[in-house]
Amino acid sequence: MDMLRRGYVTAPLLGILWMFAIATTVAIAMSFATGSAFRPSLSGSVVWGGIIGLACLHGALWRPVLAAALVVVVTALGFGPVVTGDGISVVSMLLGAIATAGFAAYGLWRILDEVALGENNRHLFEAAVLRFLTGFGYIFFTAIVLIPFYVMVLTSLKNQAELIQNPLDFSIDLGKGFELFRSYDELFTQFNFGTYLFNSFFISVLTVFITLLFAIPGAYAVARLRFSGRATFSRSILMIYMVPMIVLALPIYIAFSMAGLRNSLGGIILIYPVTTIPVALYMLQGYFRGLPAEIEEAGLMDGLSRLAVIWKITLPLSLPAMASVSLYVFMIAWNEFLLAFMLLDDPSKFTLTRGIASLNSSEIPRQHLMAGSVIATVPIMVLFLGLERFMTKGLTAGSVKG
Amino acid sequence: MTDIAPPKGSGPLARREARLAWGLLLPTISAVALVVVLPLLAIFWISVKPVGLADLRAPEVVLREDLRGGPEQAGDAAEIRYRLRNSSQDRVISQVGFTDTVPEGLTVTQLDPRCTLNGSALACDLGDWQGGYRENLMIPVTVEQAYLDAGLRPQDSEAQVRGRASSVLTDSTFTLDNFARIFDGDEFWGVLGVTLFYSVFGTVGALLFGLFAAMLLNKSFKGQGILRGLYLFPYVSPVIAVAFAWILLFDPFSGSANALLIQMGVTQNSINFFGEKPLALIMVTLFEIWRYFPLSFLFILARMQSIDTDMYEAADMDGASPFQKFWYLSVPQLLGILSVLFLLRFIWTFNKFDDIFLLTGGNAGTRTLTVNVYEQAFAISNIGAGAAVAVVIFGCLLVFSLLFLRFISQEEGL
Repeated sequence: MDMLRRGYVTAPLLGILWMFAIATTVAIAMSFATGSAFRPSLSGSVVWGGIIGLACLHGALWRPVLAAALVVVVTALGFGPVVTGDGISVVSMLLGAIATAGFAAYGLWRILDEVALGENNRHLFEAAVLRFLTGFGYIFFTAIVLIPFYVMVLTSLKNQAELIQNPLDFSIDLGKGFELFRSYDELFTQFNFGTYLFNSFFISVLTVFITLLFAIPGAYAVARLRFSGRATFSRSILMIYMVPMIVLALPIYIAFSMAGLRNSLGGIILIYPVTTIPVALYMLQGYFRGLPAEIEEAGLMDGLSRLAVIWKITLPLSLPAMASVSLYVFMIAWNEFLLAFMLLDDPSKFTLTRGIASLNSSEIPRQHLMAGSVIATVPIMVLFLGLERFMTKGLTAGSVKG
Repeated sequence: MTDIAPPKGSGPLARREARLAWGLLLPTISAVALVVVLPLLAIFWISVKPVGLADLRAPEVVLREDLRGGPEQAGDAAEIRYRLRNSSQDRVISQVGFTDTVPEGLTVTQLDPRCTLNGSALACDLGDWQGGYRENLMIPVTVEQAYLDAGLRPQDSEAQVRGRASSVLTDSTFTLDNFARIFDGDEFWGVLGVTLFYSVFGTVGALLFGLFAAMLLNKSFKGQGILRGLYLFPYVSPVIAVAFAWILLFDPFSGSANALLIQMGVTQNSINFFGEKPLALIMVTLFEIWRYFPLSFLFILARMQSIDTDMYEAADMDGASPFQKFWYLSVPQLLGILSVLFLLRFIWTFNKFDDIFLLTGGNAGTRTLTVNVYEQAFAISNIGAGAAVAVVIFGCLLVFSLLFLRFISQEEGL
């Protein structure tokens, strides 16, 4: 272990790992952006990562700058950590080379801050490793989260022929103007997505209202009132929201088939709130419990009935909790797929998720499928980013359903 | 002088409070009973019944009526024709009959012995029918001017049919075939193994990723809010959208992932990520981790931010290194939330259906118990077997929940 802590071992080691991570990232990013052939080179990363690592040890700033410049030159010559295929424009190749060298040198300079060439104490060494892991973590998580969404959005803007010709080429020809959004236009004009969007919105909002209507009194009772069976009740609520949907979906399907409720939005609205009431109740009762009971008692002393206390005191105090519960319930209803898939067959009554599922056929081009996905994703993202504070709170307030 | 003792039992105030509480809970309890408890009981009932998808519609009497003979003027003879059949090919309908109103201006000349006519009300009793039975019942009539004037045809007054058919769902035939079928052979153990692999690795992976991400964001810096929002994307977007994005990304013929791997020289031929046997299971598990690490990350981050910083300062004074601080201070503090999350997420992953259904449809060795419910009930059209699988799931779940409840009562805070 002590060997590892010597600067001349630590620096090349972290340098190689960091260089390879950066080279891979740059290669993937450049490939996705331009569609040209970039790939990381393991041997290049080992050699140049080691050199930049040593250059970034504690000391004068000119050494990493010089090393980075050197890496740009060798990458351009074809011996660097990132290798390019034939027929790549000089601009994108230079861009790739500079990005690789720059990020590698800057990152290592930060990572190896204070690490000296000789013996280092455990503190310095572990701090350097942690900084390396942190940097790697940011790149890694951002990449895995962004790539699928990037592919989703850009696929929806292309056409089938372009997609098959080069699956890596996500560059967009902005000159096409409105033609880019052709898939969206077709979805709204030929595939009824306007109706689906409205259906989904209508169902989700209604679900939120019905859920709150049921959950608020229930949550208040569990949080504030004393009655025998309270503990059992709040536990059974927890148990209920662990029952898998598919187990319930089967009898619901049978009952709806027999009652003729399949293929009706009314049937969906009957079911959705019940799947969300337990979650909402659990979240709300946690919040109600945190409110000071004294205010409510003061209200009772002044002659308000319990219901008036809930309406005039508890509810206004718990507006933030209402917001997060509403958001969360809206999200569940908006994203719900299984029940909509099983219960709706009539294309005029689809919700968005059901509509997207109907696009999944070999006759419909894939950019339509992705455009549908974007249409379903964007509203929930916008809502979520705008109200992120409530959402984060609501999610941690006791909801683990997913 | 009476003894002074604390009051026993519940006083009127307490009773009023309890009444109010139950009153407030009543809507929730009835809704949940209707949509959760009732279906659960139904699942147990169906699991011991030989029910197929086709049996969901009870056999019924199908009736069509029309006027034959094309009468043109008063005094013409015609026939009201009732075409009747049993909609089921193999099940009996007993005590079949119907009632109908004979339109004004038609005089019945001859009545079928099984029917009675009372004014214009016609009632017929047709006895028991075998499966697939069909009959044409003819009632000869004379047309009068009133009929031709009114223009009402016989089919304009709807006939009321009756008949009692036993539905497989409600009769008293029980069978254990469904359970025998699902436990039969190696298939069941294969499915159970896949489910366990998926649940265990999906849960552990999501927890580890979540822990890593939480540590990254457990410091304030510019853009921390944006990153936190970004890392939640996989969780908040509709599963159907992200599942299809993954399918496209990893498509064996024109997926970007394959193109990238080939270009980088990792592989020569394109890989069928969601179609090969061990790989598909790993891919759906990775998808599960990708989609649910944000949730663990949120919970762990919330717990991390509530840890007292004094402890870390004290450790700094004592010369603890960064890894030591993580291992000896952070991990023990996080153990509680990690274990609660593990149990909860394990149960939820165990219950997960949509993700695998959308990604592979349960093919290529990714069929979990929940997908098996769908597979049995709708792909093989054997509702009974599907219900039997659901009962098995419910049994597993009960065990997990008991474990969880025992545990959560020790772990206050969630």
